[in-house]
Amino acid sequence: MEILITGIVLGGTYALIAVGLTLQYGVARIMNLANGENLVFACFGAFWLWSTFTINPVLGIAIVAPAAFALNWAIYVVMLRPLVNRAKNRGQLEVDSILATFGLMFIAQGIMLLGFGGGYYNYNFLSQPIAILGANYGLNRIVALCAAVVIAGALYVFLTHTRYGTAIRAVAVDPTAAGLVAIDVPRASAFAFALGGALTAASGALLSTFYTFNASMGTLFTMKALIIVIMGGVGDVRGAVIAALLLGITETAVASLIDPGLTLAATYTLFILVLLFRPQGIFGRHMA
Amino acid sequence: MTPLLATITRREAGIAVIGAVMLAAAATLPLFDTGFYLSLALNIAMYVVLCTAWTLFSGPTHYISLASAAFFGIGTYSVALGIETLPFPLLVTIGFVASAVLAGLVGIATLRLSGVYFVIFTLGLAELVRQVVTWAQTNFTRGVGLYVFTDFTEAHIYWMLLGLAAVVYVTGWLVNRSRLGFALRIIGNDETVARHVGINTAMAKVALFMISGGFIGIVGAFLAPRFAYVEPPSAFNPMISFQVVIMALLGGTGRLWAPLLGVIPFTILFDQISANFPNHTSLVIGIAFMSVVYLLPRGVVGLIEDMRRMKRKFRIVWTDDAALGKDPAE
Amino acid sequence: MNAAPILRIEGARKVFGGLVAVNDVSFDVREGELVGLIGPNGSGKTTMLNLVSGALKPTAGTIGLAGARISGRPAHEIARQGVARTFQLVRILPSMTALENVMAGAVFGHMRTWGDDARHVAAALLERVGLAGRGDAMTGSMTYIDQKRLELARALASNPRLLLLDEWLAGLNPSELKLGIDLINEMRNDGRTIIMVEHVMDAIRSLCDRCVVMSSGVKIAEGDVADVLARPEVVSAYLGDDDA
Repeated sequence: MEILITGIVLGGTYALIAVGLTLQYGVARIMNLANGENLVFACFGAFWLWSTFTINPVLGIAIVAPAAFALNWAIYVVMLRPLVNRAKNRGQLEVDSILATFGLMFIAQGIMLLGFGGGYYNYNFLSQPIAILGANYGLNRIVALCAAVVIAGALYVFLTHTRYGTAIRAVAVDPTAAGLVAIDVPRASAFAFALGGALTAASGALLSTFYTFNASMGTLFTMKALIIVIMGGVGDVRGAVIAALLLGITETAVASLIDPGLTLAATYTLFILVLLFRPQGIFGRHMA
Repeated sequence: MTPLLATITRREAGIAVIGAVMLAAAATLPLFDTGFYLSLALNIAMYVVLCTAWTLFSGPTHYISLASAAFFGIGTYSVALGIETLPFPLLVTIGFVASAVLAGLVGIATLRLSGVYFVIFTLGLAELVRQVVTWAQTNFTRGVGLYVFTDFTEAHIYWMLLGLAAVVYVTGWLVNRSRLGFALRIIGNDETVARHVGINTAMAKVALFMISGGFIGIVGAFLAPRFAYVEPPSAFNPMISFQVVIMALLGGTGRLWAPLLGVIPFTILFDQISANFPNHTSLVIGIAFMSVVYLLPRGVVGLIEDMRRMKRKFRIVWTDDAALGKDPAE
Repeated sequence: MNAAPILRIEGARKVFGGLVAVNDVSFDVREGELVGLIGPNGSGKTTMLNLVSGALKPTAGTIGLAGARISGRPAHEIARQGVARTFQLVRILPSMTALENVMAGAVFGHMRTWGDDARHVAAALLERVGLAGRGDAMTGSMTYIDQKRLELARALASNPRLLLLDEWLAGLNPSELKLGIDLINEMRNDGRTIIMVEHVMDAIRSLCDRCVVMSSGVKIAEGDVADVLARPEVVSAYLGDDDA
């Protein structure tokens, strides 16, 4: 039971990052390998807001997420759109965007290393214990989970119940056809990319309340998020959430039952199973 | 049409002679210096082999492999674990086989699918193997660190790497003129066509990835004596994977020898940066990735080819104007 | 025409999500025959061809080549069994020379040659399709008809037991069309077994021994070309029901 709840809390954070990434890859067709750095930036942002202005990190999302939105929009328009325009086919865009975002990843890491050094950071926020079903959990973790649920719910409503959200889903399915029904595909792509970045930043702010972070941990999160995206099916928000919870629980189980040093091995085991048996994702349909 | 000729052309023979002379010249370096320059040359030789082996697979297939650090580490560990009991050449062979087997397994799981899956899988591979090795060592052996005491000096390692470079180049040349090489060129052009002319595309890619991974494992094995003390984080250093990608792309992947043009300048630059500005190495790698994507999409080789073509075009225009002459390039 | 069927399709079915693209189609092709596979757009002809070549796996049913089951096998194995094809949208290998493009067919397919043998086969085929002496040409800059010829030569290079042509004549101008029809006719006279998916009715009439008509995934007619094209259900499939 303890494993289940801790796993769900961890999975909830993963879910937001993965949903952010699936928006970026599914809609804007950019495999953003610098997304983990986005998360770490947000961790430092929330930390800075808390330690300098004593702004509550959960409320801090209101500052961090829009900032990330603007930053990611700019990144998309300045750096990535030229690649989209010059790519002759999807394969080339994939290779180019992977390399470009690798560059971005290292530059972001470099900047953070210069700014904050390589040390580990954490801060105290709502760290008193709270009892659920007889076991104690950090209040900050539970608050983070609740906030993640609220954000994910808001996103779901936006994507399914608003005009613009539907347009974004249409671009995810078929950019050419979406263009034919008068959807501004370049703008929707930029928007989805920025929104994905904002979501990741939000989860970073939440993560920073209970997680010890440092400047170079982004890659690990990027990788987990990527694996979740593939497990859930590319562009599938619901699949990403379920896959994230599954991964969170599996990792927690392996860490507490076998060895904390083997979490990545657990992730990879899941990944290999998915690749071998359901490469289109847990809920994905076979494509022709 | 050279790759398909049964015999060696004069041009190929010429390249072979030039290559052998350059290799022999490089091999004399330890006679002049056994300090800084040998150390730098050793790094260059190491990355030349790594990048060429990487290009062997990633050049024709366009799959970006980030698994180099995993293969490298496996090679290093093969030597470190057995140096007390088994002869060095046997350990190197074990490193080669183990890396190739791992490459085969990774390939079977991912190479049927699109390139993104492959990149993601290889991105964490070194970290995965490191975790498993650390776990196995802490649970089943006495400690995590291993000592590698041998009689090898840096000069010995350097010569071994030069020899390996020659082997990799010859292998690459043999692959290029084999059915496997021809199959990979077709796959690189259009995988659907490749399947429909009867190529088992997955097998071809896996086979080449195994060759490439095996060579990288050998490099790791050769380097083990240089480490002297081997720990999982140093053997499975993920930066190796990224540096290999960036140097190979910087040089260009269209030709077997192209990575050389990326390795030599980048290793020297990186050596200077990490010595003088150790906190700026990430930035340098980031900027290098950016410049490859935006400025040199086909590497230094691509740049040279473009310049040559431009020069020729000018010349054609010029001679056409002059006397309606024939294409001087013919 | 009592030769045993080289290709036997029994109850082939292909479902995409909720759409039945090929619905329990059966027909045979005998050795040396040229069969036209026709029908309106979206009737499942190309999907049917993809099932035979292994580009797609059938949801149900079996396809056999000379008695051996090929359905469900990967495309490269089917190619080695002796099925070669061209593509609806011409697919050449842009960074390779014309000769190398054709050699690709001769090296890995039904007939596996290598080195000078493969080069001789390829050069002969280039000449055969009207591209003599163009072996060193870079294919990216070839004209459309030449690319189509090249693709045909590549398919022939493996000396296939069954050749699949997917709208090979589409998009050619009238003079090119005549050349194309002549070329297919020559192949038929050589005894090559061919299935052609085609919209150009003149070509179907002048070339095919027999034709199979599909509509909405179902085989609605099969038989002698002139006879089949005159049947009311075929006419209505093409022109729509006029008695509704």
